[in-house]
Amino acid sequence: MNEIGMVLLIIGVAFDLLGCIGIVRLPDVYNRLQASTKSVTLGTWLILLGVFFISGGFTAMGIKALICIFFIVLASPTAAHALARGAHISGVKLWEKSVCDKYEEDKSK
Amino acid sequence: MTYLLIILGICCFLCLYRIARGPTAADRAVATDILGILVVGFCGFFSLKAKQDWYMNIALIWALLGFIGAITLAKYLEGKHFDE
Amino acid sequence: MKMSKFVLFVILFLLWLLLTWTFNYQDVTIGLILSLFIAILMGDIFTEHPGKFKDIKRYLWMIAYIPYFFWYCILANFDVAYRVLHPKMPIKPGIVKVKTNLKSDAGRTFLANSITLTPGTLSVDITDEGYLYVHWINVKTIDIEEASKEIVAKFEYFLKHIYE
Repeated sequence: MNEIGMVLLIIGVAFDLLGCIGIVRLPDVYNRLQASTKSVTLGTWLILLGVFFISGGFTAMGIKALICIFFIVLASPTAAHALARGAHISGVKLWEKSVCDKYEEDKSK
Repeated sequence: MTYLLIILGICCFLCLYRIARGPTAADRAVATDILGILVVGFCGFFSLKAKQDWYMNIALIWALLGFIGAITLAKYLEGKHFDE
Repeated sequence: MKMSKFVLFVILFLLWLLLTWTFNYQDVTIGLILSLFIAILMGDIFTEHPGKFKDIKRYLWMIAYIPYFFWYCILANFDVAYRVLHPKMPIKPGIVKVKTNLKSDAGRTFLANSITLTPGTLSVDITDEGYLYVHWINVKTIDIEEASKEIVAKFEYFLKHIYE
């Protein structure tokens, strides 16, 4: 049980680090939002799953970790969606090498 | 486990770099949202280290409040009132 | 309307039991009173089709959907890792338009969330007619039909059974 939990914790922290490198390296808001939301969400799931295994399954701590995973599944993509929409409406442009922007075309109609 | 906590701290500093440098307000909002999710991971680690289950309560509340904060920031960026 | 209140009461009471996780009678009594109070107060706005909660088949589809979704989520993370760590950053971003056939609000919400967590896509906005605007990190096509086949079709089959 302990070893499985430790491995999950290490993988989770690695994904978190990846997402944060993405947030520094990528060129514009939407790409940053893509990389960081995916990686940090999966990383935090794995950390909380590791907490569930190390704390010994269905104890008070483990159950709360599972409920926390459920909340993050619902909350994190919704927040990313709202932030992307807000950024686009507030007038943030896409990266200059982007291919197409259908949303801008339809909005200006 | 201490090394993992140090790596998570480095993640938080990368987010803070983006909050300080970010060219637009949207960049800062994104980095703040991500910082909120990283804190949930921190609470998980502390609950293992201290063997106290009330750290998980903080994690639960932080996940929900971070979500509401992100929605509020998004509505602010859109330039609308909060009940639209 | 009464059915909706009962569904909300059951969900709240189960959530309370999971959060406290001690089954002595004081905790259970407080949870019973609180969830009854909230259910009477807020029950009418919780759901419009309470009959849907009785269908066992939808829960089975939901359980089948979870590992499928998780597999795509892991694929998405390796995709992100490749794009972030590559020194030249092989990205080709753009916002495309796709169409969904789902009608219910809950189904569309879950479709948008699934799109956000799967390889290279992020949902930006949705219209009432069922068009989704999706930010794609590696644009392969800008045609509506082909992009829909590429992005939406793999989840629509499951979500149609769960929510419709």
